[in-house]
Amino acid sequence: MPTMSMIEAIRDAHMVAMQRDDRVVVFGEDVGYFGGVFRCTQGLQERFGPERCFDAPINESGIVGAAVGMAAYGLRPCVEIQFADYMYPAYDQIVSEAARLRHRSAGDFSAPLVVRMPTGGGIYGGQTHSQSPEALFTHVSGLTTVVVSNPYDAKGLLIAAIEDEDPVIFLEPKRVYNGPFDGHHDRPIVPWARHPLGDVPEGHYTIELGTARVHREGSAVTVLTYGTLVHVAQTAAEEQDVDAEIIDLRTLVPLDVDAIAASVTKTGRCLVLHEATLTSGFGAELSAVVQERCFYELEAPIVRVAGWDTPYPHALEWDYFPGPDRVGRALRQLVRS
Amino acid sequence: MRCWTRVSTNDDPDATGLRLRIPDPARGDRPADRVRFISKAGEMKRPALDERVERVALMRQQLVRVLDDDGQAVGEWVPDLSAEDKLAGLRSMMLVRAFDARLLRAHRQGKISFYMQSLGEEAIACGQQQALRPGDMHFPTYRQQGLLISAGYPLVTMMNQVLSNDLDPLHGRQLPVMYSSKEHGFFTISGNLATQYIQAVGWAMASALRGGTEIAAAWIGEGATAESDFHAALVFASTYQAPIILNIVNNHWAISTPEDFARGASATFADRGFGFSIPALRVDGNDYLAVHAVSQWAAERARTNLGPTLVEWVTLRRGAHSTSDDPSVYRPEGEAESFPLGDPIDRLRQHLVAAGDWDDERHAQLVAELAAEVDSSFAEALGHGSMKDGTTSSPASMFDDVFHELPRHLLDQRAQVTGELKDQEAGADTDVDPGEKVG
Repeated sequence: MPTMSMIEAIRDAHMVAMQRDDRVVVFGEDVGYFGGVFRCTQGLQERFGPERCFDAPINESGIVGAAVGMAAYGLRPCVEIQFADYMYPAYDQIVSEAARLRHRSAGDFSAPLVVRMPTGGGIYGGQTHSQSPEALFTHVSGLTTVVVSNPYDAKGLLIAAIEDEDPVIFLEPKRVYNGPFDGHHDRPIVPWARHPLGDVPEGHYTIELGTARVHREGSAVTVLTYGTLVHVAQTAAEEQDVDAEIIDLRTLVPLDVDAIAASVTKTGRCLVLHEATLTSGFGAELSAVVQERCFYELEAPIVRVAGWDTPYPHALEWDYFPGPDRVGRALRQLVRS
Repeated sequence: MRCWTRVSTNDDPDATGLRLRIPDPARGDRPADRVRFISKAGEMKRPALDERVERVALMRQQLVRVLDDDGQAVGEWVPDLSAEDKLAGLRSMMLVRAFDARLLRAHRQGKISFYMQSLGEEAIACGQQQALRPGDMHFPTYRQQGLLISAGYPLVTMMNQVLSNDLDPLHGRQLPVMYSSKEHGFFTISGNLATQYIQAVGWAMASALRGGTEIAAAWIGEGATAESDFHAALVFASTYQAPIILNIVNNHWAISTPEDFARGASATFADRGFGFSIPALRVDGNDYLAVHAVSQWAAERARTNLGPTLVEWVTLRRGAHSTSDDPSVYRPEGEAESFPLGDPIDRLRQHLVAAGDWDDERHAQLVAELAAEVDSSFAEALGHGSMKDGTTSSPASMFDDVFHELPRHLLDQRAQVTGELKDQEAGADTDVDPGEKVG
């Protein structure tokens, strides 16, 4: 089985989806000739031609709005917003249009499209290249929201997203594009080639949207997380020698509540962890779900660790990022309580 | 004399103090010269389909008109329409007007929750629909009911939606006038302004990408051309030369704000096309023959891969914005009567009578016939109930179509709704008024 970085896996998912279905078209800023600023669409235009993969004007509401029209026509657009931080001009098109087209027309029209966005910090991107806006999508009815953490999942989930009948927001934490980031920014990057989840099958496969994955089995505490922090949680658990069970949620809506309940029921303790700002973050939803489903199994209060409620600071990035130290302290606190 | 807290840090006494222009458009008791640049009927050239955009741009401060004051069709823009075609156009416009009148009355009678009429603007939707083909897709605003009616969409189905009864094809999810019918080339109306302008461009791009033959028509009001999505649409239409008609209906009012506010410092809305190298024409929107001719010209440009065309249709919103609006606060008195472009139905009727194809007796007969048709349609629709009497789609149906397949959390929520309803029916919760489910 070949090993791939997450970038290569995303590229491969495009190749497979475009090969199988000629209705799939890919566009966005710099995605055509250049192959995207993170190179996730490199080679697509060369292989499939400029009518299948092309550059778009720098206009995010235009990109998503045009994709809605194309999807309504019968195509399967998969568009890239260069950074999730640039998504806001397209938010109306996502929330009021793509997400509601099927419902408001009673199935007369639909918008099967994918909006891919690199998210998260870890590359000194400052406040406009580091945000994690997943909660702005999970609050919207009619959207499926995916956050990937590794190459194997990224390929299977992206193909599933492109084949889905409804709009999917596909968030790619850019800090794990090239390796499973352990949260220690001062250490050398470990490439995906040396990680089991960097083994990516050739050809077509999908991972069902709405299913979580047990990233690490354990019995002392459940960590509910996704994206980059899956790997940070693992590092923290190992460093603190805590028998943590790490659930990589993968899809936030629809949420795999059974996987969450099964794990928390087993461990009786729960840490909710994400990189996005704390207040009204997706962790609040997770905390509510856990107390609704597992209140009588809990042996300690649920703990949340998240980004601070500040803009993502450029030079103070690693003071903002919920790294292994903060996660480790929370794990110790939880298993002792 | 302006006098306020000084916040500038510049102490230079010789520097010019800046002044902001706050537009003061004509409103209330200050009627404006409502239509600028009125050309004579027949005066304007009909450019070749592939005329250079710079030359078409020279026409953007004129007005394409075909019907003169005597009802004669004159000049290069006279469309190739038979008397039968024109009578069909007249009938469509009159049916739209009768439909609107009946539903406005229904609102006053308390039978419907909300309505928006298109009084005075009927020629634009009806004329363009007649010029386009089945398979083309309109992305309308809420004032293009003429597109649906002239495409033969059943009146009773429209009324079922306006009543939000249990035969409403959209199951009570949308406001009364936000129709949707793919079969009739009518894209689902958003209600958020301008969002669909760029979607129409995307749809047209898709048709061209796939080697299709269908074109798109985008619709927007003059006030909403200020929205970012309008400009996004022009950028994309220009960049990819999408096969589309970009319609701007300038009916002079964006709720209470006149068109001379919305235009900014531009002379016309057709000016908006030039910076994007999109050929743009300004047309008498109350002249059915001009509407048909220019729609056909723009459609033909799109169909022959000559790219987008922008059209400013000049007309007048004669009624209120909606049934929630009170125009007496802001509209000059007698505006409709003094509007220089007249009424679209009167003008086509005058033309047909002058040509000997129509007469007052047949006209009066048709008025009565159409009124009877909408009356009987409304009676039939009302027979299916309305949200006022609680005969809506079932509450559980609101969960349908949020996704293609309902995910777990929506199944759970739907089960809660149906469970509560069962409890109510079983009398377990007698405090709840059954009428409350309508909210």
